[in-house]
Amino acid sequence: MTDETMAEGGTVKRFCYLNRRAPYGTVYALESLEVVLIGAAFEQDVSMVFVDDGVYQLKKGQDTKGVEMKNFSPTYRALEMYDVEKLYVERESMEARGLTEDDFVVPVQVLSSQELSDLMEEQDVVLSF
Amino acid sequence: MKFSIQINEGPYQHQAADTAYQFTKAALEKGHEVFRVFFYHDGVNNATRLTTPPQDDRNIVNRWSDLAEKYNLDMVVCVAAAQRRGIVDADEAKRNGKDATNLAPRFRISGLGQLIEAGIQADRLMVFGD
Repeated sequence: MTDETMAEGGTVKRFCYLNRRAPYGTVYALESLEVVLIGAAFEQDVSMVFVDDGVYQLKKGQDTKGVEMKNFSPTYRALEMYDVEKLYVERESMEARGLTEDDFVVPVQVLSSQELSDLMEEQDVVLSF
Repeated sequence: MKFSIQINEGPYQHQAADTAYQFTKAALEKGHEVFRVFFYHDGVNNATRLTTPPQDDRNIVNRWSDLAEKYNLDMVVCVAAAQRRGIVDADEAKRNGKDATNLAPRFRISGLGQLIEAGIQADRLMVFGD
């Protein structure tokens, strides 16, 4: 890695969390969010990317009572307090599922597949969930 | 090159657990460094010593323990994922009032910070999963 910057006390790398799956059905989304929250303490340059069914993780109005699982979608609204502010949604995934930016619980930046590809190319560490 | 390895899937269910092992072994045999192997999601099930596969099949758990013994590998099991799935060492058993342990030799249980650190310290973090 030649282009890392050195912050006070250590290395700062660009960490990208790639979220590909629906919020329920499997535990990937919840456990991905847990990594992001713990990782925030390391003060890295964090981006979160939502593609495929992963865009549903941010959907407003989640109601999990019927499946007896914890609705963790409010946690995405807390990310700002952890200085995790770069949230990207793939336009193609969003549109294929009939969603718009207004359907999400937090403000996101909507990028095309190509733009996301460029963004991911710039990352030092990509964690795929 | 210095690698870190993340494993997100369980043994026998998913080939990712095998591929991760084969990659790690090949990297070490070629003289690369492996900073850490981190087990997450169902990947923590790679660390139970109670696994008993049929005799004519590979023993995925023992294979990891042996590789770690040979190369002094740091193999970390995520504590939060382990608690959910019943992977327990002596400290965890005591803390959570469990009557048994099942962590295989050379694995250790620790926090997600170990995964972030692995990403920071390595040249490449390789994620094996679905």
